[in-house]
Formats: sequence, C-alpha cells, structure tokens
Amino acid sequence: MADQRLFFTELLGLKVFDLKGRTLGVVKDAAIVPLLDPVRVDRFLIGSGAAWLTVRHDQVRSISLDGIHLRDEILTPYHSDEYMLRVVRDLLDQQIIDAQGRKVVRVTDVTFEIQQEDGGEVLWVLDVDIGLRAIFRRLVQGVLPPRWIRRLQGGIPPHSIRWEFCNILEPDPQRRLRLNISNRLLEGMHPADLADIVEDLTPEHREAIFENIDSEVAAEALSEVDPDIQASILESLETEKAAEIVEEMAPDQAADVLAELEQETSDEILEEMEHQPKQEVRELLEFKEDSAGGMMNTEYVALRETATVEDAIQALKSNEELMETLNTLFLVDSNDHLTGAVPLARLFLHEGATPLRSLAVDTLIDAPVTEQQDRITELFDKYNLLALPVVDEGRKLAGVITADDIISVLREK
Amino acid sequence: MWKRFRYQIAMFFAVLGPGLITANVDNDAGGIFTYSQAGAKWGYLPLWTLIPITLLLIVTQEMCSRMGAVTGKGLSDLIREEFGLRTTFLVMTALVLVNYGNIVSEFAGIASSLELFGISRYLSVPVCGVAVWYLVVKGTYRSVEKIFLVSCSIYVTYIISGILVKPDWKQAVVYSVKPVLMLEPSYIAMLVAMVGTSIAPWMQFYLQAAVVEKGITAKEYVQSRVEVILGCILTDVVAFFIIVACAGAIWAHGPRDIKDAADAAVGLKPFGQYAYFLFSAGLFNASFFAACILPLSTVYTVCEGLGFESGVDKRFHEAPVFYWLYTFLIVVGAAVILIPGFDLVKMILLSQVINGVLLPFVLIFMILLINKKKLMHEWTNSRFYNFVAWTSVALMIGLTMALVALSIQDMMKT
Repeated sequence: MADQRLFFTELLGLKVFDLKGRTLGVVKDAAIVPLLDPVRVDRFLIGSGAAWLTVRHDQVRSISLDGIHLRDEILTPYHSDEYMLRVVRDLLDQQIIDAQGRKVVRVTDVTFEIQQEDGGEVLWVLDVDIGLRAIFRRLVQGVLPPRWIRRLQGGIPPHSIRWEFCNILEPDPQRRLRLNISNRLLEGMHPADLADIVEDLTPEHREAIFENIDSEVAAEALSEVDPDIQASILESLETEKAAEIVEEMAPDQAADVLAELEQETSDEILEEMEHQPKQEVRELLEFKEDSAGGMMNTEYVALRETATVEDAIQALKSNEELMETLNTLFLVDSNDHLTGAVPLARLFLHEGATPLRSLAVDTLIDAPVTEQQDRITELFDKYNLLALPVVDEGRKLAGVITADDIISVLREK
Repeated sequence: MWKRFRYQIAMFFAVLGPGLITANVDNDAGGIFTYSQAGAKWGYLPLWTLIPITLLLIVTQEMCSRMGAVTGKGLSDLIREEFGLRTTFLVMTALVLVNYGNIVSEFAGIASSLELFGISRYLSVPVCGVAVWYLVVKGTYRSVEKIFLVSCSIYVTYIISGILVKPDWKQAVVYSVKPVLMLEPSYIAMLVAMVGTSIAPWMQFYLQAAVVEKGITAKEYVQSRVEVILGCILTDVVAFFIIVACAGAIWAHGPRDIKDAADAAVGLKPFGQYAYFLFSAGLFNASFFAACILPLSTVYTVCEGLGFESGVDKRFHEAPVFYWLYTFLIVVGAAVILIPGFDLVKMILLSQVINGVLLPFVLIFMILLINKKKLMHEWTNSRFYNFVAWTSVALMIGLTMALVALSIQDMMKT
C-alpha cells in the first residue's frame, strides 16, 4: 500500500491470520496503553467466537487493508485492563478537547500510520477525525469495500485533529492516573479559551478539570466563565480546592463569585482561605453588587504624593503580578486620602527624581463606593477613562474600577 | 381586573423556562387544528382524553428533563455516545424530515392566520421567514428568551376566547371526566390524532437540551420537575379551551369538519369580534413561536448528535452546517406555502407517518438510556416507574401506529 495510513473504520473487522494463513478472528477494538507509549497501538482485541483474544503489537508481522498477519501465535485471552485506552469503548463517539482548535469535539474516526518497528509493523495514532469525511466513512463502513470508500471520500474535505493536541475527558481521577491523562495542554491555553471550553462540558467533566488543574490557571479561567456555571463549579469542588482557586482570583472577581454561592458554601470557602485575601474579599462582599463598591477591585498601586518617579518604579517592581493590566498609579496624602492619578506611561518620559505630583492628571475623577453602576459607566464614557478610583466616606482610596469591568457590565445588559 | 390577571399570568411565566416553552410549542398550528377539529366535529365528547394525554406527556417529559439534569448532555449526544453513529444518523435524518413537515405547517398557520386579518400570504410568509431567521441568528439569547416568554403568555388568548364563546360549562365538566368510546372510525382517528400531536419526537430533544442549556443540575431537579409538570398541565388547559371554544361556537350549531385552524377562528365570529380576533391572534402567535423554535431545535440536535459546530454565537464560516441547515429549513419550509396548488395536506400526512415511525424509537432509546446506571447513577427509573413508562410507551406506539395506518390510508385516497 502506497499510503501508509489506516483508518480505524478500516481496522475494525479486519481479519487476523496466524503463521499458516488461517483466520483467527476479526479486530474488535484496539487499545493504547498511554503509560507505555502515548501513540502506539499496544494491543488489538480479536473476536473469535464468543471469546476475545489479545494480540500484542510485537506479535504482528504486517498490517494492511487485506488483514493482519501475525508472527507469533501465543495469544492470551482478553481480560479488562484499566490501563488501556480502548478506541471503540473510550474514544469513538465521545467528546474530547481539541487544544489547538480550542473547542470540544466528538470523535468520529481515528487515523493511524503504519510504522516499521523491530521487523514488524505497528500502528501509531496520527489524527482524530471529525467532520463530514469521517462521518461518511462510518456510515458506509462494511457496506462498501474499503478501497472504494477511500476513492469516494476524496471529494469531501477532511477535518482532523493531531493526536498530540487531543485532551481526553475522564471524570474518574483513578482512571486519569492510569491512563496518564495530564492537563498540560489545557494549562497552556488562554484562560478565556479554557473558560469557553469548560462552558461546553458536562458538570462532571468541569469538576474533573478544575479539580486537577493548576490553581492559578483555574482561577484565571474561572473568572471568565458564566456566573451560573462559576457557582456550580465551585460548589462541586472540595472546599479546600475551591478556596485555593478563589485565593488566586482578583479580589473583586472572587467576591462576585462568592456572592453567587449559597451563604453556607461561601462561608466555608472563605473560612479555608488565607488571612490576607480573605479580609479583602470579605470587605468587598459587604458592598452591593451594582454599586461602585461591588464593582471595584482592591488590586492597585498607590503612592504618597511626595514620591518620585524612582519610587514609583520601585513600587511597580514589588507589584509585578499586576503589570499586565495596570495603567494608572494613584497618589494619596498622609491620611490615605486620594489626591491624584498618574498615567503609567508618563513615568517613562521623566527623570527618576521628578516628583509624581507634577505628572498627575489635571482633573482627578473619582467615585464614592455607593455610586450606582449606571453612573459609573457614564463616567467612563464621558471622561474616556481606563481606571476610576473609588473612595470611601472619608475620601480614603478604597479600590479601583477598570475598563474591563465596565465592558463586562455592558455586555451583560 | 383583566389587567391584574394578565399581569399575574405574565409574572408567573417569567419564572418558568424549558418545560413551559416546550409545552407551549406543543400547541402549535398542527395541534390547534387537531383540537379545533375535535371540538367542531364532536363537541365536548373528546375532552376526557386530555387527562390521560397529560399523564402520558408528563411521563415522557419528566424522563427527558431528568436525563438532562443528571447527565448534563442532550438526548442526541446520549444516543450518539451509547448507540453509535449509524443509529444517530438514521434518527437525525428522520427527525429532520419530520420537523421539516412541522415547519411547513407552522408557516401554513402563519399564512392562514394573517389572511384572516387581510394580509396576503405572499407578504406575510416571506416577512415572517426573514424575521424568524433574523431573530435567532442576529438576536442575543436574552432578547430571544424574553420574546419567547411573552409569546407563551399570549396563549391566554385561547382561554379568553373560550370563555367569550359562552360554552355549556356543565357539559364541558362532565365530559372531561367521562370517557366516551365509540367504534366510529373517524372518532377513533380523532382520538389518535390528539395523542399524536401532543407527543412529538422533537419535544424530547428540545426539552432535554433546554434543561442542559439552562444549567439545571441534579440538585435543582426537584424544582425543575415541578416546572415540567406544570408545563404539561398548561398545554392541556389551553387544549381544553380550544376544544370548548369550537364545541360552543361550531358544534353547538351543527357539527362539521373544518378545513384548517383559521376556519375554526371564522366559526367563532358570531360570538363577537373579540373571540374571533383572539383566536386568530393566538394561532398566529403559536405558529410563529413554533416556527422560531422548531428549525433551531432541529439544527442544534442534528449538529450535536453528528458532531458539527453549532451555536448562534458562532460565525457562519465556523459553523457552516449549522447555519446552512437552519437557513435551508426556514427558506424551503416557507417557500412551499407559496407554491400555488401545492398539496399541503399530503405533505403533512407524510410527515405524520415519519413522525409515527420515529417516535417509538426515540421513546425506547429514552427508557434504555434512563436505566443506565453508568449515566444516571441513583437517578434511574424505579421499577414502578419503568412499568408506567413502558406501558405509556406501548400505548403511545400502538396509537401512533394507528395514526400512521390512517395517514397512509388518507394518502392513498388523496
């Protein structure tokens, strides 16, 4: 065969011949043992009569559309093996995550590549097939001869996902270990994409992902998920894990999520959290959701009004985790009263000794914690703000509302 | 007082979701016709069937919503995962055909109801077709949901027109609980048609998907069950008033066959402009509402079962199958109504036949799925419930088969 590919639909039902060319049975399923090799088909399960036999990959001499020829006849009966990922049972027609295409897809067929190994032929998993071409193959499989199917399918565009970008979904933690399923691919995705994927999954798969994934990634992804789903995910997790994730979230988002939960669950999670984030979140929880206090977050950088550009750079260095989104510095007097706002970019244009006071914007716009949500969005629009400082009754700086908060509010309308 | 009443009804609808929408779409153009015909020809006699129909409806709808809540997956996903691609493909093909027939009858409903208001179908059908397409494709989920909920409340028009007709309430009550069996073929055909229109395959797919979409989980299932049961009861309350209205207005003055649902509205005319107006407006609302839900539900089900990208939040090139099939169903569904001399009756009969062939499979799949421990854990059917479910399914299959036989007979005649 010129083409070294083999589809699972072709493998299924392929005859298996022993050394003398006698038929032993037909292929019923193929299994990968990810702990041994993540791409090689380790066993073929052969049905002969009522019993199923197992053919190891190193017992195979050749594989083609005409059948599988063995080079060793000592076959063992099949007994269920928890370390096996079986194509028919575990993969075909099930959902998996396409980490590169960033979506949940359903497996219709699998493409293998025939490889030479130690004088025999083995199958490597190449692609998972979705889309029309694979559906066509499944529908006519066994109805038309395989070579006809290959010719006919040429007119339909293929749609496949490389095996290394496939993330298998398995809710059972024990089996995840045995099948060596990692979350490496998911952790490498943008949190917003991961959030979209999570929304498409069933509750038990969502739980499995959040239970296992790195807390920081989980926190970022959870912030992007639809509020109803956020709540159900946190409720499904162990309290400790939930607290770990909430700790990693920005305090305003953590407060928003906790506000969605039942009082009891949210108290339990707060109890498990570390002192510092717990305090901040508790305070934010006090505010009404649609007031400035409920919208703001407490992650900001504030300096004394006497500070210089040099001081500001130092302060930024110690708040490195905020750098991705920070765009404004705030100035406060000795009583923590808000006195000015400095756009971050201005720091680059001045010498280290320049006092920040002189870089502050001319008109300081701020809002009290009790201000209504509608009024806040108006302010952002009117003054073209990126960040709006929020002050408490005594004009002390309480938090900051950023443009991305406003976008979320507007999108919800 | 009316205002207050309407306000309360509207508030009540606002807290409801999947069960109510499914139940209301069930009273679509085809359903209204069947009930009107029953009332116009047989008066109050068929009313007794509504209680058993409600029970059958509750049994099937409850199972779907339970599966949705527990597994978090749609019915087509479960059929795909448990029964494979070929079975799914066959079920989906049949579903598209059946639903296409239904979509055509919804557009027919739109055409005939608006013709009562003097609007030509050559204007109303294209405009509504575009509106349906645009509403779902370009509207946001929230705005669409609001429109649907308002639409649900408009079903009240049937209750009001039923009251305005001043039917014989004593008879209505008596025959609601007094079964009347006759070996008259057309009477049996009517009974079968009533069951047939009230339980359709698409509802099972739609309801389960809606429950999943709403994020209802096993924990909130108890509330959801109440909502589903309420929805089923409301469906048949509306059906009751349609039958009563036609019995009071048409049958009481001489039993006759009616041509279509719009014909029934005309029959209400002697009872004042309001009864007539409300009945016609109700028909338009029901047809339009179902014309929005059916194509969308069909494409979602098909795309999910076969693994194509789906969702109105996707762009056209991201989910081509989804959009093409959706557009195709609406355009071709609406276009058929505009072909002069097209044999609509034959087409609806044909769709009823496929409906009857598909329904048993869907129901059997449902019972098999809901009894899988792997999927449902402790939420599988109890033995008693299984007995009830299998009996209901057997009854339903028997009746639908009878409907199929009658439809084929009618098709031969026409």
